[in-house]
Amino acid sequence: MTVHPQLEEDLALYALGTLDGESRLALQKHLEGCAPCRRELEQLRGDMALLALSASGSHPPRHARRRLMDAIAREPRQAGVSKRHAWWTPIPYLAAATLALVAVVFWRQNSSLRRQLSELRATSAQQQAGLEQARHTLATFTSAETMRVTLVAVKAPPQPQGKAFYLRSQGSLIFLANNLPLLPAHKAYELWLIPSTGAPIPAGVFKPDSRGSATVVNPPLPVGVEAKTFAITVEPEGGSVAPTSQPLMIGVGE
Amino acid sequence: MCPAEAREVPPDAGLVSAIRSGDERAMAQLYDRYSSIVYSVALRILGDTGAAEDVLQEIFMQLWRNPAAFDASRGRLPAWLAVITRHRAIDFLRKRQSETDIADVIVSVEPDMATDAERNRVIEKIRSTLGTMAAAQRSVLEMAFFEGLTHSEIATRTGEPLGTIKTRIRSGLLMLRKAFSG
Repeated sequence: MTVHPQLEEDLALYALGTLDGESRLALQKHLEGCAPCRRELEQLRGDMALLALSASGSHPPRHARRRLMDAIAREPRQAGVSKRHAWWTPIPYLAAATLALVAVVFWRQNSSLRRQLSELRATSAQQQAGLEQARHTLATFTSAETMRVTLVAVKAPPQPQGKAFYLRSQGSLIFLANNLPLLPAHKAYELWLIPSTGAPIPAGVFKPDSRGSATVVNPPLPVGVEAKTFAITVEPEGGSVAPTSQPLMIGVGE
Repeated sequence: MCPAEAREVPPDAGLVSAIRSGDERAMAQLYDRYSSIVYSVALRILGDTGAAEDVLQEIFMQLWRNPAAFDASRGRLPAWLAVITRHRAIDFLRKRQSETDIADVIVSVEPDMATDAERNRVIEKIRSTLGTMAAAQRSVLEMAFFEGLTHSEIATRTGEPLGTIKTRIRSGLLMLRKAFSG
């Protein structure tokens, strides 16, 4: 690239410091992005230096040297060296500041992620512990090895019993039954959730074991249904969508 | 110059480096080497020894306070001193605050002027070149450089068109450059 010809004369005036107004501003802007013109400006200043040297020949008086050295001796010397304030001087500092900022951002993100991970681990551990406890609890209810004991009044014969634990907000239900009479092969018991309004909702089909015990755990139920009562009917083995017989057992919430 | 003598003359960059460390002797050596150039330029522009001394003092104090303003990799010290002295003296002449950041002044000049002998040779050649210049052109160049006149002011004074003045200023500077190229 070469110097822009239309700016050659303005460059000379600029080097001399006699270019004013908009021309000066326009040239300054141009110089920011034009290396050949900047180079030409430096050479024009070199030409000026030569012209200045043509004035050489005079010598300052002796006292001028003493004046300078006395002034220097009085001048408080700052630690370090004042730096050249060229346009590129701040770049290393800006780069370092940017890197530091990025590092801080990453560090904060990393810390945040670590904190979230730690919280998730703690939550997971709590959930795992809760799950284990639930499994133990459920196993106590549902395991075939569980000894089931129904306490009744002395000398009273055992009666069929059912106990439903219903959590409406989650639509979850656990039902435990004891002393149920055995049924024919093609029949089964069916639990019903009877809402305050509307038709009974099927809540699980089950058959008792040889000891008359049965368990229903979390049958599919809609969430939030208010239960007025629970009931058990005898239905075909595959279950029914609506009760087809009179309830054998019924109970309301305590 | 024999090698032994060469070792006794510290280069400008070495002196400036020592000044950065606060070495007053280095400052004195630099002053002895270049005070004549600074003073001569200031005196030529200002025409007053007292004012020229003030500029001389100011230029060297600037160098003492901010030696990093001169970057040895971007120019020769005597050329740089000559240019910043010219700017400061013109500012002084026009009774205005200095608008020039000396750290922004980069001077690219061909001839080496490290020794007195080299500087004297360069100065003689400059004067010779100016001597071959047409009187009108030399006059315009000196009005622009030593008096700090704008091209408009020169045009008014000489009655020449603005374009002619601008051309004469630039071509005059290029003549000096050409004298030392090749």
